[in-house]
Parts: sequence; C-alpha cells; structure tokens
Amino acid sequence: MSLTVRQAGIQTTVQDLGRPMWQHIGVPVGGAMDTAAHRIANLLVGNDADAAALECALGGVALQFGHAALVALTGRDISASLDGTPLPAWHAFAAQRGELLVLHAGCRTTIAIAGGIDVPAVLDSRGTSLRAGFGGFHGRALRRDDVLMLRSPTVLADRMRAALDAQHRIVADWGASPSLLPPYSAAPTLRFIEGPEYHLLTDASRILLLGDTFRVAPDSDRMGCRLNGHTLSLVTSREMTSSGVTAGTIQLPPGGAPIVLMADRQTTGGYPRLGDVISVDLPLLAQLRPGDVVRFAPTTIADAQAALRAREADLRRAAHAIALRFADGAAGAR
Amino acid sequence: MAPRQTNAAYCRVVWPYSLVPLGERALTIDLAAVDRGSMRALIHSLDVRLQHDALLGITGRVPAIQAYTLHYEPAQLSANALEAYIASVMASLAIRSESPRDPIIIPVCYGGEFGPDLDVVANTHRTTAEVIVTAHTAGTYTVAMIGFLPGFPYLEGLAPALHTPRRAAPRTSVPAGSVGIGGGSTGVYPCASPGGWQLIGRTPRALFDARRTPPALLAPGDLVRFVAIAPEDWAAHEDAT
Repeated sequence: MSLTVRQAGIQTTVQDLGRPMWQHIGVPVGGAMDTAAHRIANLLVGNDADAAALECALGGVALQFGHAALVALTGRDISASLDGTPLPAWHAFAAQRGELLVLHAGCRTTIAIAGGIDVPAVLDSRGTSLRAGFGGFHGRALRRDDVLMLRSPTVLADRMRAALDAQHRIVADWGASPSLLPPYSAAPTLRFIEGPEYHLLTDASRILLLGDTFRVAPDSDRMGCRLNGHTLSLVTSREMTSSGVTAGTIQLPPGGAPIVLMADRQTTGGYPRLGDVISVDLPLLAQLRPGDVVRFAPTTIADAQAALRAREADLRRAAHAIALRFADGAAGAR
Repeated sequence: MAPRQTNAAYCRVVWPYSLVPLGERALTIDLAAVDRGSMRALIHSLDVRLQHDALLGITGRVPAIQAYTLHYEPAQLSANALEAYIASVMASLAIRSESPRDPIIIPVCYGGEFGPDLDVVANTHRTTAEVIVTAHTAGTYTVAMIGFLPGFPYLEGLAPALHTPRRAAPRTSVPAGSVGIGGGSTGVYPCASPGGWQLIGRTPRALFDARRTPPALLAPGDLVRFVAIAPEDWAAHEDAT
C-alpha cells in the first residue's frame, strides 16, 4: 500500500493528534492544526481518530495511489479532483491504483486514507515536528517523488470499501452532516477567555480587541497566527518569566501585533497573555488564509467547556452512526 | 514571602500559590510568591508528585522557573476537580534538600566557525577571547527550566562579566549545538533554529535526540559545566546517532 507525491504543494506534512505528554522537556505538541477536520476525515475512512493523515497548506498537491484506497478530504474551501473528476469534501471516496488525486485549492486540508500513513511513532506520535526535525516523514514536509506507505485498513474500512464497490460508487453516500462541521468562514468570530495580562490592556486597546477586526498576516504558520491591522498596548510593561502556553494563547509581543499560538507553538512563552481562544474555535483559525479577518468575543471557562463537551458528543454520535451502519450483518455494509 | 511553619513535631509548610487559567484546557500554578531559596526544589517536588499521581485527564505538564502549567481534558477532569487536586497536592508537598549532584560536562569548541560571536563578546567587555572562554568554563550553571526548543536548557549562573546584549538582528538559522549568551543567560541550542543570542562556541553533544531515552540530555535542577575542547577532538565527543 503506497502513495507517491507528484506535487508537494507549499507545505504538506504527516500529522496526527500530536504529543502533549512531552511538553515538560520542551517538545511542541504539534499535530493537526484543525483537529476537527482531522478527526472527521479519519472517521469517514474507518480510521481511529488519531491515525496519521496528510495536512496540506493551500493547494497545489498531487498524489498518485499505488493501490486502491479509501480516502476523505476535509477542510475549508476545498477544490479537488480524482483523475479529472471533481470530488466533494467531507465524503469518503474510492481511488483506484494509478489514479491521481489533485488538491487544486484549499486552506488547510486534511487528506485521510484508510489505514493511515505508515511512519514510525516518535515520542508517541506520528506527527511531523518541523522545527526539531523529527517525526512524520523523516521529520520534514513532503517533497515531490516521496513515497508514503500506508498501514492496513481497519475491518470497518474494509467494509466501507466493499459497500462502495457493491454500489458501483466512487463517492460514498455517507459523509459528515453540516451540523458536525465547524462554522468555517473567512471572517470568523473567535471566542476567548481572558488571560493573566488582559487587565493590563489600555482602554483603547481593549476596545479595539473586542470591537474591531484583525487581519491574518502572511507570515503566519503552524507555530502561530500573526494578526495585524491594529497595534495593542499595555498600561505598564510587566516583567515576565517564561511559563507554559497553550494552543490558542493570544500573546502580545513588544511590537503590539498579537499572535495566536497554534499547533507547533513552543511549550513556554514569555510575552503578555491577553487570552486564550477556546478549543472549539481553533479549527476556524486554522482554516484562515492570509488576508482573512477575525473578531474576538469574550466567553467563560464554563461555556467553553460546555461547547467542547457538545462537540465531543457530536463526534461520538457520528462515530457511533458509522459503526452501526457497517456493523456485522447491517444492510449498509452490503 | 517565606513559607509559614508550625511548631509541630513535623514541619507543615503552607506554600503560597495562585491559579491562573489559560483557556478551558490549561491551568498555571503561579508560584512567584514562594521564596527564591525553595522555588526550584518545590517545583521539582511538584513535578515528581504530579508525574507519580498521573491523574486521569492531565494531558501535559510544563514546569517553569516560577510557575507550573498543567494541560487537561475537561471531559475527563473538571476544572473544580483539578483545582481541588492541586490544593491537596500543595498542602502535602514537602521539599527535601537534595544531595549535591555531579555537574554534567558539556564539551565546547569555542570561537572560530564554532563561535562566530566570541570576538564580539570579548570586544563588548574590552578583553580577549581567551578571558571570555576561561570565565565561561569557570562557572557552574544550573538548569532552571527546559523550554523554547526540545531539550533547550535555560541556564542560571552566568558571571555578570559575561552578560552581553543579544544580537540586534537575530540569525535566521543557528546550528544545532551552538552555545550562546543572551543578556544574562547562557544556553545551548539543541537543534537548528532562528536565534538572537551571541554564539561563542558549539558542542558535539546532542542535547536532544527524540530516539534516545531520555530524549533530553538535561533536566531542571541539573548542574552544568562547560569544558573547552580543540576542534580535532570534536568527533571523540560526538554522541552516537
């Protein structure tokens, strides 16, 4: 089972759900930027949620299948085709040996393939740690002519594949319901919880943060989403010593342009922390392109945890529905 | 503020701390009010205890210089339960005076292509490269925390005579193993990275290797000494990969 990279795109990496348990020795958590898209893509092809998949920044990616495979694409504004036939996102599809999958455009697209990408787990994860150069495919982004191996599909994936073949379909009639998808937009409102230095913002800066839009800067990457459009300032500079930060932490470096930390962030940071974007809204941020805009809206820990629980329940229900449909002897499995 | 102690037969210490949420999935225990003399041992005890307890729902630990951050999964561990757990840990946390450890020796090729800023540092202090190397190798340093990069040690103990401002323009790529001075700190880059510190040398030792156990050469509390080696001895000190 293999896959050959014909065009690597801007930055295509192998990712899973990261390695949070190694932060005490400075190892970035890493993993998928949009964990919702990653988990749903894996669900659609019968993989475990943390199976390794590909994450592609923007478009220009072409992959050729060495064997028949069950595949799903998830993310925002995806334009893709299989040997020239347009493909819908958020649905599984069957690729035949030799066929070429082209991702023409997207924001941050997950390509999940039944079985998952077969790379060695390093520090409990198959995800690529780009800065430290380990994990994923030889610790780096994919290049043209790289050949990726795939792990064996699950029993569930085999049943899905058999169901597609029996129906003579390429694109599956199962997919993620719209209510399961994060509400992607080119101008999302990100809910955040006030951080330890939030109260140090000047009145003018607080009004800007809560009332105005910020633009995603071109030098944003997997470490952080850099925002410009407004310069924020604090009433007093505070002596900071480095301590733990998290995905979503809104840092304010001396220049006054906020940065929201993302998957490949450092484990510790020493800049003032204005707040933390809540977990369920991070996929919205992960799917922004340079020039897209965001707004911020305050929320509470209790509401953020309730939103997280609701999303987990939705994902569990979706996994359950798929498991039921393809259960031993179920009609959908034939 | 010094810890309050009772006159009981055993000493019960009340450690001052405050809890600072970082969003809905992380919590920082701010220990800035703990007296300097107990800080490192306290954070070490806390780390040992949290690692030992391995409470379900705690997904990551980040010990720092005067804070300790816990990442958690609210579906498995409620914020209230986590706060209660931290309170119980803090109430029963004892620190032991640690027996002195042997310093870990880091061999360094100073100057030349290994340390392109050695002369800059010497000029800053109106002295020679030899004096800088002698001063840097004379010190014993303590690992205050690991962060910034995998296995990157924040080292305390740099002689004031070596404090040097960072470069005005950071380098886009600093080679792995580079030994630098940034303001009042010294440290070693475990992997190639952009960086603004003045580079005075480079070590052949691997400060981080994801496939080694443990992956990081240094841990908080470790003592470190630098030893000057000649370029021709580089290979003899290299870690097997």
